[in-house]
Amino acid sequence: MKDFIIPWDDRDMGTPAKEGAPVTLSIDGFEVTVPEGTSVMRAAAEAGIQVPKLCATDSVEAFGSCRLCVVEIEGRRGTPASCTTPVAEGMVVHTQSSKVRKIRKGVMELYISDHPLDCLTCAANGDCELQDMAGAVGLRDVRYTAPGNAGLANHFEARNTSGEANAQWMPKDESNPYFTYDPSKCIVCSRCVRACEEVQGTFALTIAGRGFDSRVSAGGAADDFLSSDCVSCGACVQACPTATLQEKSVIEMGTPDRSVVTTCAYCGVGCSFKAEIQGDQLVRMVPYKHGKANRGHSCVKGRFAYGYATHRDRILHPMIRDSIDEPWREVSWDEALSFAAARMRGLQEKYGKKSIGVITSSRCTNEETFLVQKLTRAVFGNNNTDTCARVCHSPTGYGLGQTFGTSAGTQDFDSVEHTDVVIVIGANPTDGHPVFASRLKKRLRQGAKLIVIDPRRIDLVKSAHIEAAHHLPLRPGTNVAVVTALAHTIVTEKLYDEAYIRERCDWDEFQDYAEFVSDARHSPEATEMLTGVPADELRAAARLFATGGNGAIYYGLGVTEHSQGSTTVMGIANLAMLTGNVGRKGVGVNPLRGQNNVQGSCDMGSFPHELPGYRHVKLPEVRKIFEEAWGVEIDPEPGLRIPNMLDAAVDGTFKGLYCQGEDILQSDPDTKHVAAGLAAMECVIVHDLFLNETANYAHVFLPGSTFLEKDGTFTNAERRINRVREVMKPMNGYADWEVTQMLANAMGAGWNYTHPSQIMAEIAETTPSFAGVSYEALEEKGSIQWPCNEAHPDGTPLMHVDGFVRGKGRFIVTEYVATDEKTGPRFPLLLTTGRILSQYNVGAQTRRTENVVWHDQDILEIHAHDAENRGVKDGDWIRLASRSGETTLRAHITDRVSPGVVYTTFHHPDTQANVVTTDYSDWATNCPEYKVTAVQVSPSNGPTDWQEDYAAQAEKARRILPAAE
Amino acid sequence: MSPEKMVRMANQIATFFKTQPGQDAAEKVASHLRDFWEPRMRAQLKTYVEEGGAGLDDAVIGAARQL
Repeated sequence: MKDFIIPWDDRDMGTPAKEGAPVTLSIDGFEVTVPEGTSVMRAAAEAGIQVPKLCATDSVEAFGSCRLCVVEIEGRRGTPASCTTPVAEGMVVHTQSSKVRKIRKGVMELYISDHPLDCLTCAANGDCELQDMAGAVGLRDVRYTAPGNAGLANHFEARNTSGEANAQWMPKDESNPYFTYDPSKCIVCSRCVRACEEVQGTFALTIAGRGFDSRVSAGGAADDFLSSDCVSCGACVQACPTATLQEKSVIEMGTPDRSVVTTCAYCGVGCSFKAEIQGDQLVRMVPYKHGKANRGHSCVKGRFAYGYATHRDRILHPMIRDSIDEPWREVSWDEALSFAAARMRGLQEKYGKKSIGVITSSRCTNEETFLVQKLTRAVFGNNNTDTCARVCHSPTGYGLGQTFGTSAGTQDFDSVEHTDVVIVIGANPTDGHPVFASRLKKRLRQGAKLIVIDPRRIDLVKSAHIEAAHHLPLRPGTNVAVVTALAHTIVTEKLYDEAYIRERCDWDEFQDYAEFVSDARHSPEATEMLTGVPADELRAAARLFATGGNGAIYYGLGVTEHSQGSTTVMGIANLAMLTGNVGRKGVGVNPLRGQNNVQGSCDMGSFPHELPGYRHVKLPEVRKIFEEAWGVEIDPEPGLRIPNMLDAAVDGTFKGLYCQGEDILQSDPDTKHVAAGLAAMECVIVHDLFLNETANYAHVFLPGSTFLEKDGTFTNAERRINRVREVMKPMNGYADWEVTQMLANAMGAGWNYTHPSQIMAEIAETTPSFAGVSYEALEEKGSIQWPCNEAHPDGTPLMHVDGFVRGKGRFIVTEYVATDEKTGPRFPLLLTTGRILSQYNVGAQTRRTENVVWHDQDILEIHAHDAENRGVKDGDWIRLASRSGETTLRAHITDRVSPGVVYTTFHHPDTQANVVTTDYSDWATNCPEYKVTAVQVSPSNGPTDWQEDYAAQAEKARRILPAAE
Repeated sequence: MSPEKMVRMANQIATFFKTQPGQDAAEKVASHLRDFWEPRMRAQLKTYVEEGGAGLDDAVIGAARQL
């Protein structure tokens, strides 16, 4: 049985691991050797001895408040707390002397005297450290009670026997949709407060009051958890030893009985989780502390927002229809697949081999994606395959490929712990990549410096205990000018690392480049008028990055989704090479990938010009590998990219599409054009969990399975291949790879995979960077960062260590070219788009969870100056129009955006922000220019005609006929 | 795709390669088009160039002749 996975050693070691010289000591007569700086408590745990504890847990630094973990140490006076006492050479520790046993019993008696004894009906029954410790110390009586003539001296009884209210009692806070705070059960160990500070870095929690009045408090006095700064990451719930902070799902369902280690299906951080279950019912998702991407942390999406997996909107039966005006008909899998196969083959006969194609999913597994691109290359006989990376990180592939020789991000996430100066450009990690953001913020609190380059004042610019050294609030569309001005400063002020460049890079190309950037027109002073970034601030940022120690650049879609996206990526690579910041820990160029498996979908050959492993289809030696493996001939010409497919559809030469787990109608730019393309196709097959927006134009709907329902692998932004494990059987009957295989076989493929591990074996056989990857290796190592092959049998945490993949690093001239998307009298403002913590991408998943309490609609952020000119007040309905289209949404007045810039998210289809975005795109990759659209904002009374028409069409297109008897 | 869109996309590519050192912008544009443009897109470009190539950058016209 594959799905019963016993996690590796998952004990709480009490205090965090340390690095240092080995120290040997004796604990209860056993010798143990641990790194210097380790606590006595952790050393004991390493020796297999658990010292009783309450306020210590290995996710946060020791605090020494509960006094339960006291020990005796020979030659030392008193009974020190083992959690706060570091080990010393030759130390002799006794953890169970009669003296400490007595102390512990006394401490527990005091704790229990102020705790309700409702263990049998408590949600934490069986999963409570207080209960465990009472047992461990042998507590048998509690002698303390309130004196008869005084008020209640406890926190857990609401009223005394006469019905008088207990002033110390506080009701449960149930405001958060996912967990409750029950103050009556709190032992004030501060683990939650410390987790919020140290692990998450939000500082939403504190201890209010002193002595007996001490209480955990979220936000200010009038706040509850929901209204406080709490981001619902779950770190406090994870840290709580009692039922004080408890998942509502556990309150409702009870404690889980087994767990499966798997990988989150939200963003590109790729956190490892334990899915804790009862039978096939998921009770909770708990971050897995041995997960190398997240190190035991999580965010509100992965931790709590999994309810979509069992949402009533899920479609569980295949459906077909002849035309999109008709309602859907539920049919058998056989009928749906034969219908789809006959239509697709029919289209090829009528319109040619290249008239159909696929879109692979960046949310599905590597194995599933590999099969979908194999379907088009081996069964359709063309290279018409693309994936959502087209609209996000395709410029990364091109830009880093040109400069370094591979599109791979250079580091692992652990690297940030060694960084001294960070540039975050065009990324909003606290919302988009929250677990990485927490790790980054931890490093910033330790003293690393931060430079933020973003038109919007993102949370990282200034929030609790962190502040960017420099925020360069550039005008949208001027990334290249800013990055080149940074390089100008570094080169003209001679701050570059000449030794590194001479050794690692092409010196002639560097000289061309140096001459180019040194030109006065690239100086910060010359570009200030254009970019809006003050020259002295930009110069200071450049100096800091060049001279501040290990410099790392993290970037997101604010870099790539521009008409010069690829050029900016090259500019970033130039900056890293100039300052000698590639090839070791703490540095590097780090693209923050959007979706859980967008890295993997690119690796697996989803792009129309590349076979798996980023090898161009024009190369005969590469085609030969796959031709031999698959027994077919592979087309040597590149296929159509997503925007090209839509253009070809409108032209009438592209007629059929199999779209797996991707909602192009909502996520792709210029909605009207996408809709026109889809409407022009004669067979659109949507394979998804829900009737998404694209399905409004589909003829075949194949129900998909969630990440909880299948085996496979995801590859995160660090190139880390993590296992996805089946937690429950697919509700729709088949995992997605099985559905693709059935479709392929209906078209005559003759595939016979019986487990995704066989698909991985085929990937390893055909793709050199995956040569050493197998399910056995993943079981053994937990995860693997590609390349993994003979040269790197354990994978590759850091790229370009001994030299660049392409040989010499290549400096590329990055001339700024203004986008054609310009403001003018009709459209005087620049719209830029992004996302928010609680919602994910098109929202198909998160909108179907309680996460909507944080964000139930898309909001337009507008500066007070622009709002006042237009008579717009906070909360007003406004009309947002561009040359492509218009929509309406509510306005929020803020100084996060500069005058002239407005911002919104694209999580909700009824707003459909993409009806406004244009079809302009990156010069090299066709990645759409989502981040710059010239718009006008005006007051409005309600939805536009377009929104009403769209809603009516969507409603009509989603009708389902009752199943035939 | 619409001729205006094709012209814009092709000219964007030319604009980049013309900023690079060297005299071979047309060759680089041609190589980029061969690597990333699907044959029917290249065919549309070639036809457009044969019909006069209005609005196209010289480097694109040079490139189209090499396709």
